[in-house]
Amino acid sequence: MSSRYFVDRSSKAVVVLCALASFLVLLAIGVFTLREAMPAFGETGVLDFLFGTTWRPGQDAYGILPMMVGSIYVAFLAMAMAVPLGIACAILLAEVAPRYVRRLLRPAVELLVGIPSVVYGLVGMVIIVPQVRHLGGSGYSVLAAAIVLMAMCLPTIISISEDSIRAVPRSYKEGSLALGATQWQTMWRVTLPAARSGLIAAVILGIGRAIGETMAVYMVIGNAILMPVSPLDKARTLTGNIAVEITYAAGIHEKALFATGVVLFLLILVINSVAILALKRGVGGQRVG
Amino acid sequence: MCIRSGKGWTLALTAALLAATLLLAACGGASPENSGTITVAGSTTVQPLAEKLANAFRNTHHDVHISIQGGGSSTGVKSVANGTVDIGAASRELEESEQGQGLVTHLLCRDAIAVVTHPDSVVTGLSARQVRGIFAGDITNWSQVGGASAAIHVIAREEGSGTRAAFEELVMEDSLITADAILLPSNGALRTAVSGDPDSIGFLSFAYVNETIQALAIDGVTATRENAVAGTYPILRPLYFLTLGEPSGIVKDFIDFAKSVEGQAIMKAEGYIGVG
Repeated sequence: MSSRYFVDRSSKAVVVLCALASFLVLLAIGVFTLREAMPAFGETGVLDFLFGTTWRPGQDAYGILPMMVGSIYVAFLAMAMAVPLGIACAILLAEVAPRYVRRLLRPAVELLVGIPSVVYGLVGMVIIVPQVRHLGGSGYSVLAAAIVLMAMCLPTIISISEDSIRAVPRSYKEGSLALGATQWQTMWRVTLPAARSGLIAAVILGIGRAIGETMAVYMVIGNAILMPVSPLDKARTLTGNIAVEITYAAGIHEKALFATGVVLFLLILVINSVAILALKRGVGGQRVG
Repeated sequence: MCIRSGKGWTLALTAALLAATLLLAACGGASPENSGTITVAGSTTVQPLAEKLANAFRNTHHDVHISIQGGGSSTGVKSVANGTVDIGAASRELEESEQGQGLVTHLLCRDAIAVVTHPDSVVTGLSARQVRGIFAGDITNWSQVGGASAAIHVIAREEGSGTRAAFEELVMEDSLITADAILLPSNGALRTAVSGDPDSIGFLSFAYVNETIQALAIDGVTATRENAVAGTYPILRPLYFLTLGEPSGIVKDFIDFAKSVEGQAIMKAEGYIGVG
């Protein structure tokens, strides 16, 4: 009996330790990145770093505003395309499609997650960039990156949206239909508002994925440090900035890249926290708006 | 029980580490003739090449440890001049201020850079001045250099790339590569991009030129391996090992190996222009 008790206690300890480890890893990454980044913030000044528009390591100019704009621009453009597509697909899977279609579509969507991002980048470079070139410019653009990201974010958006649509109690729909609403009215006025928090979380996690993605974007966005205005303009993202320059950076330049990482880290932390809050609210009280 | 086996594993690991340390220490005490450490620092272009050479060299010199670091050509020159390293690596000629310190240059090979366009481009050659103008962003339309009227899409490598550094040094002189250039992370990616865009221009190491792209003639000299070997192709740079005074012992052995048929074959396989 005592040995069984011992196994019980020790396995609990192991589980707690593992759980703690993942938290510690997060903490360690945060602390390390911040510590490495501090000299850059000190040298450049936090405001000049965040809102400076010239990044020229050779001349000790470190302003990441164009990259922040680039990251956010790409992510939101990708979402503008992925959200309608993703939610429509989720509705199809959750409500409309017969079972066999769902059995076929769902694994196909999930398979999209497994494709390495460099493959997305390559496909983007060889197929999407030349198509975008027809619209003007060189093709290496915010738009090309957003199209690639759209494909990469779809699985996240579809699966979370589908789950949250399925989680809407049957009674809501039955009530709506019993009152004489059509299928479409029920979907638009009852089911989707009830699933709202899950849908918001899906979108926010999609944005997080879009901002964090490096390689696929790196290959199709052109990486020129310019403030993008038109979707056909070249741009550089925060992740791309680190990937492009870290191999040869030294001294304050290297610290500035760590500082770029800190900004990225905070940006994604905020986005994910918002997503978690949105999901929590959904659990607390689902209301028909 | 689970925990006991865990402890046993840790113990075994510790023992193995201890044994490995002892073994390494024992190796360090072998005969001085064919053992020791060679330190190399400098050009990041030479660095991967030096690593390939070192790996091959160790096949015959098991007890020699070769430590290779980057830092750039200037660092290489400085470190070897003040005795910090045995061999400095440089991918350029010595500057005037760097001469007269007793440095001996050992030419390893040459590296040529091709300026490339889409195979359908009607422009098949440019002057060095035109290439400079295009990459600086002063020439922006193909019609300015004899092509059809279309905006030039300048594609370059990321900063820090050895190819970019060499291109800047050999072609750009005091101009900077335009901020409007598309930056791609590798020779391969750049080739894919150029082969897919009829209005693009880029540069890459000779080793990557194939039939999907067109290498331009520069100042009338076609970009062929023969012209590079002959030294008439202008975008060519030397890769050097530097030593303080004439080398001796294992350092001499290593440099001789690099210049040997076997060493030259390694460099040619990497796409460099051999000198042996």
